Amino acid sequence: MVIDEKRDVMDTEIRNGTIIRVTGPVVEADNMSGCRMYESVKVGNAGLIGEIIILEGDRATIQVYEETTGLVPGEPVVRTYLPLSVELGPGLIGTMYDGIQRPLEEILKQSGDMIERGSSAPALNRTKKYKFRPLVKPGEKVGPGDRLGCVRELVAIIHYILVPPGVSGTVESIVGEGEYTITDSIAVLLSGSEKKSLTMVQRWPVREPRPVQERLDPIEPLLTGQRIIDTLFPLARGGTAAIPGPFGSGKTVVQQQLAKWVNADIIIYIGCGERGNEMADVLEEFPTLKDPRTGYTLSSRMVLIANTSNMPVAAREASVYTGITIAEYYRDMGYHVALMADSTSRWAEAMREISGRLEEMPGEEGYPAYLSSRLADFYERAGRVSLIGSGRHEGSISVIGAVSPPGGDFSEPVTQNTLRIVKVFWALDADLAYQRHFPAINWLMSYSLYSGIAGSWWENYVGPGFIQIKQEMMEILQRENELEEIIRLVGPETLPESDRLLLLKAEIIRESYLMQYAFDEFDTFTGPKKQYHMLTSIFSFFKRAETAIETGVTVAQLREHPIVERFARMGSASPEEEESLFEAIDKDIKSIRELKGMV
Amino acid sequence: MDISSRIYTGVSKVVGPLMVIDGVEGIGYGEIAEIMLPGGETRIGQVLETTTTRALVQVFRGTRDLDTELTKVRFRGEPMKISLSSDMLGRTFDGSAQPVDGGGLVIPESIRDIYGSPINPAAREHPRNSIQTGISSIDGMNTLVRGQKLPIFSGAGLPHNLLASQIARQAKVTGQKEKFAVVFAAMGITYEESAFFIREFEESGALERTVLFLNLADDPAIERIITPRLALTTAEYLAFDKGMHVLVILTDLTNYCESLREIAAAREEVPGRRGYPGYIYTDLASLYERAGRIRGREGSITQIPILTMPDDDITHPVPDLTGYITEGQIVLSRELHRKGIYPPVDILPCLSRLMQGGIGQGRTRADHAEVKNQLYSAYARGVRLKSLVAVMGEEGLTPLDTMYLRFCDRYETDFINQASYEDRSFEDTFSIAWDLLSLLPRSELKRISQEYIDLYYHGEEGGVCKGP
Repeated sequence: MVIDEKRDVMDTEIRNGTIIRVTGPVVEADNMSGCRMYESVKVGNAGLIGEIIILEGDRATIQVYEETTGLVPGEPVVRTYLPLSVELGPGLIGTMYDGIQRPLEEILKQSGDMIERGSSAPALNRTKKYKFRPLVKPGEKVGPGDRLGCVRELVAIIHYILVPPGVSGTVESIVGEGEYTITDSIAVLLSGSEKKSLTMVQRWPVREPRPVQERLDPIEPLLTGQRIIDTLFPLARGGTAAIPGPFGSGKTVVQQQLAKWVNADIIIYIGCGERGNEMADVLEEFPTLKDPRTGYTLSSRMVLIANTSNMPVAAREASVYTGITIAEYYRDMGYHVALMADSTSRWAEAMREISGRLEEMPGEEGYPAYLSSRLADFYERAGRVSLIGSGRHEGSISVIGAVSPPGGDFSEPVTQNTLRIVKVFWALDADLAYQRHFPAINWLMSYSLYSGIAGSWWENYVGPGFIQIKQEMMEILQRENELEEIIRLVGPETLPESDRLLLLKAEIIRESYLMQYAFDEFDTFTGPKKQYHMLTSIFSFFKRAETAIETGVTVAQLREHPIVERFARMGSASPEEEESLFEAIDKDIKSIRELKGMV
Repeated sequence: MDISSRIYTGVSKVVGPLMVIDGVEGIGYGEIAEIMLPGGETRIGQVLETTTTRALVQVFRGTRDLDTELTKVRFRGEPMKISLSSDMLGRTFDGSAQPVDGGGLVIPESIRDIYGSPINPAAREHPRNSIQTGISSIDGMNTLVRGQKLPIFSGAGLPHNLLASQIARQAKVTGQKEKFAVVFAAMGITYEESAFFIREFEESGALERTVLFLNLADDPAIERIITPRLALTTAEYLAFDKGMHVLVILTDLTNYCESLREIAAAREEVPGRRGYPGYIYTDLASLYERAGRIRGREGSITQIPILTMPDDDITHPVPDLTGYITEGQIVLSRELHRKGIYPPVDILPCLSRLMQGGIGQGRTRADHAEVKNQLYSAYARGVRLKSLVAVMGEEGLTPLDTMYLRFCDRYETDFINQASYEDRSFEDTFSIAWDLLSLLPRSELKRISQEYIDLYYHGEEGGVCKGP
């Protein structure tokens, strides 16, 4: 699909429909026969963007992506003959779009601080020149997904210009190395007797997944620098995760932490029906932070989609599709893409709102019956894949969806339908958040089906014994939970010393390892090496402590030992302090034996 | 369009707050209708649905006395608008922006659509100026920031009004003298409650800097849907056109949502949770998201919406959806109120999401974040121990546990508790905080860096506490 391509209808006379009914974001029009489902249309004199969602005779029901106040029955509906699509090409990175890919900075320049209706601007800058370097020669045969050339997008990303899906032929001509805008023709392909001129930009309908060669299983973890995630509930490259939690439990902070520190090449961050001030925060903060792996700023690998809660609800529904289509485009270049959708519940609610206006028969809690299939369609666009094109490259999309269950009740439809699809579940817990234990991921409820993949990766690339340590850690936390039940019934004084030690262990794990302060300069990110070092230190202390208890040392003595406080400072230690801190801990561990004499 | 051609008499159906007019032509969605009753009275309504020949109108001041024969409807051809002027400061209006203080109509400097347009996220400036409210439980634990929306989740009979008026009276950004205004919107509160606010504003001298929109309990319920929008449009004008720092107090949002539900029920819409319509999140967001700051503009809008949780239930749709939109919440506790603690702020479920950017060195104090985290974790531990003690009694507690219990009590009586006219500076708040932290052994302060402990901690080693 190439830009400006119209379907084969140009010979027929262009007819316009007429609005016959307006109710909120839903508009009905007649005289629409010949329209296709999900075709994009311009509604009313203001030319509001809409999409056809029901066809009945010559009537069409349209969901409108902008505020419909002032629309009058009788105004025209103009067809575009194209499905709702996004523009893909150099210039996406570092840009903030709304749910239907309008560049918000451009809209700001045009219509001021408030988004006025009918504002529009091309998604990609038409005048900016990019330095293009060809990668094919005239005479070569190319097919979909093949790399014609590349440009540098900002500084960090090499943006490959690919032959669009469905296009192939022999390269008749290709421009030389030089500066071009995205609409300049860069190559002409000859297919049979037909010549096709290609530019650096292509369009793709958002509701349709871009083709891949083959889907592959995830093989390595997606590291996040968040200790509880990487160690206990890892995500894989090409995997899917859901992060449900009541308000105030830190969903957005976790999502932003992932967007900052995850080891992916490209980040797509979708603010779907969330707060405007949070988007402003991302816009201000990300350009000041550096990717620990590449040294470039975090904003130079990110595309931001912001459809805040007060922006039109239908565009909110479209925003996740816009986001994942852009993700697929970068995946097709061979990149590892991570997509954060905050929050998928707002997306589901947008579906519910539209469905209610259509007077459809509701499913559970008023959500439409197709909720689960829409969620599945979306998450299924994640994955590690072998790409189309002759290079046989690989790429991946990992999707992390936040869920906002009403009243924090995980039995509600969006959470439940999401859990049926995703492989990782990070359950956020209000009680932990109240104690300011962040990230407030509940270790007893959460799970990851990628533990096996991650475990062997850690053993092979970081250090031996990881799987064992993790297993023990889970057992300690589980046992702590049981002991707390007992304490609640009979009180703490009856506990034997061995159980008291277990409680101390659990406390150290919780407070010194699982808890991680996102706003501390160093604690915000812990690389795998440091995580492993922390784990081995903690667990060799545990071993020593067990033998010490047997020889008569009390848990009270251990608790007052300076090592406990040192553990608590491991996370926030700077790389310079780290070495001496770990040395001091090693010394402490050796000294535990001497406590005996002090009894 | 010719005015007379837009007057219709075809009222074909009246049900609850809604009416249907047939035989109309070219009626816009969201347009304002003037309804002329047989008795000569005129009411205002708004188009909820329009087709080629029929319009569905919600009538803001109720449908009583409407008939299907004589009632005339004139369509204005534009959405609901409000006349705005800086002369509105010091004035009182009803829930439809008609003056009720005996003064004349507002001479407009500008006329605006009350639904406004969403602020472009790219135009927003992230709020970073912390406001000193003089209330320790807010300043110390959940700092309010200019441009934030921070609701008070309360219950029937709790002193939320007293707290809101104390915030309005004491709120200031330290070291800055700026143009300040209050916009107050009452939705379905009683005469007594609104009189309390007016008296408070009067006594503190803020009344002349205040615009009041009052829809009281005996005013038409459907009007409550436009009252907050009138207030917020006024606030936007004062903030972004006149460069003022505007504090908007909206009370009570639960009544607002009841009105939304009433209309949804009259339209026979598919109900969502507890009968509230499915679009209630979007609707509330269209109010709350009008708080904020805009890059390159002077003023700001800070919102303090008040809502009463039915049966103190925080999972009720109104507080629940509010919490998902606003940047935190201040939750009041009946238990603390019974203990005689004012303000009865239930610290644990409270949150200020914008606090992080507004505190620290050069804003409040360098140790603020760490002190807050330590207070939170210590208080949470104290509360947990208390529930344990309630079951088991105090024997079996370790000396450390006893210290935490003592900390917990002192935290409530010394830190949270204060007089309704007590205006504590940030320094006062921190000094109380360190007095309390000094009740605990130094080694328990795991969330505070050594340097701050050395600087501020004054407990005796081992945690034996001094002082009363």
